[in-house]
Amino acid sequence: MKPNTPATSSEPTPPWRDRRGFMAAGAAAMTGLLISPGVRLIVFALAASTPAASGANPKVRWGLLVDTNACAPGCDACVRACRTENGLPQNPGPTDAQWIRKIEIRELRTGKTQSLPVMCQHCAEPPCVDVCPTGASFKRVDGIVLVDKHICIGCRYCVMACPYKARSFVHEPLSGQKPDVPRGQGTVEGCTLCVHRVDRGESPACVQACAAQAQGAMVFGDLNDPQSEISLRLERYATRALREDLQLNTGVRYAGL
Amino acid sequence: MRSLLSALARVALVASASLAAQSMAGQPVIEPARSGPCVEDAPTMRRQHMEYLKHQRDATVHGGVRGAKYSLKSCVACHASQQTNSVTAAPTNFCVSCHSYAAVKIDCFECHANQPAP
Repeated sequence: MKPNTPATSSEPTPPWRDRRGFMAAGAAAMTGLLISPGVRLIVFALAASTPAASGANPKVRWGLLVDTNACAPGCDACVRACRTENGLPQNPGPTDAQWIRKIEIRELRTGKTQSLPVMCQHCAEPPCVDVCPTGASFKRVDGIVLVDKHICIGCRYCVMACPYKARSFVHEPLSGQKPDVPRGQGTVEGCTLCVHRVDRGESPACVQACAAQAQGAMVFGDLNDPQSEISLRLERYATRALREDLQLNTGVRYAGL
Repeated sequence: MRSLLSALARVALVASASLAAQSMAGQPVIEPARSGPCVEDAPTMRRQHMEYLKHQRDATVHGGVRGAKYSLKSCVACHASQQTNSVTAAPTNFCVSCHSYAAVKIDCFECHANQPAP
C-alpha cells in the first residue's frame, strides 16, 4: 500500500507562496524603487524585446527508434531526404559532409543481413561534447547534440571522439545553403535531428521520408513521455543502442539488431 | 537688376548642389527593403544590429528560440535586393554596400544563406 499523499503536495505552489518567488518579487520591487525611471524603462523595453519562453523544453528528451526489420536493404529514402532538407549535395564527393548513412551488416555464421541507417546517436553523455575545447559541441536541454558553428574552430577533436563516425568536417567553401541550416567551411557538422523542424513541431526529414515510403522503420518522439509512441514501443520491444559497451545512453535506438 | 540677382542666386544654388553631390559620391547605396518598417529605427539598427544578432543567435542555437525579433533570416528576407534576390551578390546589395564602405568584413554569409527562402 502506498501512503496517501496529501492533495496539497501535488498541486503547484502559487508563485507568491513559493519562498524563492517571493524573494525574487521583493528584489524586483526594491530594484524598481532604487533605480531611476529612465533606466527602468530601458529594462522593460529589453524584457519586451526578449522572445517568449518558447524553444527547447528541458522536460523533453527527443529520441529516435529504428526498426531494422522494417528497414529495406537498398532503400536510401532517409539519406536522400536528409540531403534535400539540409542542403547537402545529392551526389557527395569524397570530401563532402555526411550526416546519415545506410550500412549493411551480415552475421558471419548465419549469413543473416540487416540494413540500418546510422547518424548522430544524440548521446546523453556525448564524447564529442567532452572533448570540445571551445564549447562549440554541446547538448541542448532537450537532448539534441549540436555544433555551435559560431564558436567551432574546426579542430576536429569531436570527429575523432565520436564512436559512430557521425561528425564531418566541411573542407570546401559552400554556397546556396538553406536559410534554416547554416553550414560553412572550417566547421564540423553532423545530424541535428532536423532541429529546425523539431522546433516547429515537426519530425525529422528522414522519419517523414521513411513513413512516406511506407517503410515506417523510424519513430521519432519524446523519450521522457511514457505515453509517446516511441516510449510505448521501447517498453514493448527489445531494443539496443549501438556500442552499448560505451554506456553513452544514446537517443537513437535500434529494434531487431 | 533684379533679374541679374536672381540669375546669380540660381548659379549659386546649382554650384552648391553639385558640391553636395560630390561629397555624397562615396556614400553607400541603400536599397529599399521589401516590406514594412524595420524592427528598430534606422540609426539604432546601424549602430546595434550586430549586437542584436549576436545575442539572439545564442538563444536560437542553444535555446531553440526561433522566429524572435532579431533573426538574420528575417533580415535577409526583407533586405534581399529585388534585382539579385540577395544581400551580398552585387556591390550595391544591402549588407555589402555598407560593409565595404565601413571596411568591415562580414563572415555571416559564409555559412548563412544570403537569399530568402524560396
